[in-house]
Amino acid sequence: MKNSREVWITGIGILSCAGEGIVAHAPSNQKNFTQTDTTRFSPYCVHPLCTVDFAKQIVKTSEQKQMGLWQRTGVYAAGLALADAGLTDQPALLERTNLVVAAGNGERDCSFDSKVLGAGTCGAAAPAQLNEALLTGLRPTLYLGELSNLLAGNISIVHHATGSSRTFKGEEISGVSAIENAHRRISSGQSDLFLVGGALNAEREDLLLGYELGRTLWAHPYKSVWSRKADGGGFIPGSVGAFLVLEAREHAQARGRKPYARVCDVATDRCRRQPGEATRTLQNLFDKLGVPEGALAVMSGASGAEPATSEELEFLQGLEDRNYRVAIRAHGAWLGHSVEAHFPAGVCLAALALASGQFFEPSDEKSVEAPFEAGEVPHVLVTGVGHWRGEGLALLARV
Amino acid sequence: MASQYLDRKSRPLVAVTGMGVVTSLGRGKEENWLGLASGSSGIRPITRFPTDGFKTTIAGTIETPETQPYSAYELASEIAEDAITEALQQARLEIGRPFAGPLYIATPPSEFEWPLLSDLYRHGSSIQSGSAYERMLAAARTGQFEAYARHLEFASIASRLQERFATIGEPISICTACASGATAIQMGVEAIRRGETQMALCAATDATVHPEGLVRFSLLSALSTKNDPPSKASKPFSRNRDGFVIAEGAGALVLESLASAQARGAQILGLVTGCGEKADDYHRTRSKPDGTAIIGAIRGAMEDAGLDTVDYVNAHGTSTPENDKMEYFSLRAVLGESLERTPVSSNKSMIGHTLIAAGAVEAVFSLLTLATGVLPPTINYDEPDPELPLDVVAHKARPARVNSILSNSFGFGGQNACLVFSSLKEAMS
Repeated sequence: MKNSREVWITGIGILSCAGEGIVAHAPSNQKNFTQTDTTRFSPYCVHPLCTVDFAKQIVKTSEQKQMGLWQRTGVYAAGLALADAGLTDQPALLERTNLVVAAGNGERDCSFDSKVLGAGTCGAAAPAQLNEALLTGLRPTLYLGELSNLLAGNISIVHHATGSSRTFKGEEISGVSAIENAHRRISSGQSDLFLVGGALNAEREDLLLGYELGRTLWAHPYKSVWSRKADGGGFIPGSVGAFLVLEAREHAQARGRKPYARVCDVATDRCRRQPGEATRTLQNLFDKLGVPEGALAVMSGASGAEPATSEELEFLQGLEDRNYRVAIRAHGAWLGHSVEAHFPAGVCLAALALASGQFFEPSDEKSVEAPFEAGEVPHVLVTGVGHWRGEGLALLARV
Repeated sequence: MASQYLDRKSRPLVAVTGMGVVTSLGRGKEENWLGLASGSSGIRPITRFPTDGFKTTIAGTIETPETQPYSAYELASEIAEDAITEALQQARLEIGRPFAGPLYIATPPSEFEWPLLSDLYRHGSSIQSGSAYERMLAAARTGQFEAYARHLEFASIASRLQERFATIGEPISICTACASGATAIQMGVEAIRRGETQMALCAATDATVHPEGLVRFSLLSALSTKNDPPSKASKPFSRNRDGFVIAEGAGALVLESLASAQARGAQILGLVTGCGEKADDYHRTRSKPDGTAIIGAIRGAMEDAGLDTVDYVNAHGTSTPENDKMEYFSLRAVLGESLERTPVSSNKSMIGHTLIAAGAVEAVFSLLTLATGVLPPTINYDEPDPELPLDVVAHKARPARVNSILSNSFGFGGQNACLVFSSLKEAMS
């Protein structure tokens, strides 16, 4: 099958520390982007979710209670995207809307864990006590809050998008793979309509513990992603829900929808991260995308974790030697690093920049980020380099 | 591409050229098929951890000397490696040489297990006061527990397998709950049909029989509590069925375009001719009463394969009251009267429910059914449910001429994925 059909972004749903919706995340609102909380999880810094009235998208309180906060965040963002694309309450369209969701696990009940650990019942010496504690303390719905595919499941239940449903796992790259998979299925003519994205609740200790085990968190006062290397690097997690409606051009036109942008192509790979390998992998992926020379806006998903961030920067700055004038922005410095949702969030912001014609302003203290001086933005390169594994790029174009 | 290599929608035909499987019945196709065809059960009392106080004390566990102490990550990775190795060998692809295609791998949750939490807590208590998580975070900051990170990284099983088998590109880790194994195969089929690759390695693995895993399903009232004897607990389509038996397993398929397989003289074990999927929007653990989502998935797979009937159904057949009822109802809706003449069995009567792995494990068994002409039985079908009038292959294996098989997988969260396997003869007709 020939990959020939254009893939349009016809809906955006995003919420983060910057607020909710497309206006809050447009270049014109950039001054309000970077909100941090440095005290609640000290020494860790997080980008907290804005205040959200979840009932606006998840009307039934009983539904909300079935979900962890990451699921509510994702279901809310998905609802915003569907509404933005004119799909809300359109059963004939929702019935063939395909979900591709990037997800980790949900949330543990940290107070329950703490209680069991504090009571000393979890060691090998006292298994019967652990059994008793689990039987009496675990909430029946907890597992459903934790299971990766239940973000997608809840989106289907709340918003009735039921064409198909696939959940990809694997940290940052799962978000890239999700968009890549939807792109391939649209461009090859397999399907017309997709809801793609992910969500992260960064404000929880079990998540921080998981990433701190791998020593990948930034445990110092806030700095932009490009300025953390001297202290060993690390990412600052951010609570984000980010969903996109991707649609075949013909399908969007037939129902009179205008695109934010076109997803030209997506490319992914995974190297073993030997020194310099991520840089070379990104160079190879870039060559597959056929990016027009000249001024190039880059929405980088750099996390701040090392050595991934430095390797990505080397690739991006190396483009200057190849007739590109790159204007790099790192949305992780604004909204925080949202792992599975991070690449979809970068694509949301890139699409908003393309729709407005205006790119975001530089915002780092290290002068990595040069002004974009070529007038209207024609293309945005979005990067997604996993803090540990996985490399991905997407090229978006103005329509 | 020559027309004999294309299906009626002009897509490349997708062949299976290698298979591997591990379940509680044994390692490899031979041990498993001997067990399945003779109606043996792999379900036994749990010995991995004490089951004091639990209503369910049985499972289809896989015990290996290599993975002690147990962890879901280690055991799931190891059995996936075994299944993939067997599949590659059968496909006559050398282990260690680059595999000429991507990896689609369905994996269980990557999560904290109690021994790990306990270890962190004990260590952290000596360096920091405060809440349990503050203590564990302090322990993590020492850097002494980096080896634990792989248990929590969602990509870690996929990474390990990609490095071991040198597959191309980003491996995709999939979770569609108990449909995951089928989804992994569907992803491979689609990539070959789109012409992105000539080959794909599709696998699924699950090894999550641990106290919390057991309790969660217990709290959802999903598990059988008929512990004695363990072999009688899983009784799909029976009137007295009372839940599924949690189990472990891994399955792997080498998928290949028929053109590529025949060009290199590979043995064709069968073809994947149909994939169907449909999400439910009714409830997190129950399917829509009218069955539309399950019906949609079955119908999608049949239409994709261009078939109105099949010779045999490898049922999802979990042995829960809800699943088996909805599965019968939906099969009836799609296959109509032909269902009365279609033998059905559930491998889960013998191996239990391998959860994330089920779709891939049962794909291997479906393809073995196709190859041998032997329908494995549904054991424990002692009290047929009169509400579910099916031709269940009861107690003993049955010989049959089989050219097409429907394999169903349905999961929590409204995930439904169905596959159709066909013989080469059927696919070319």
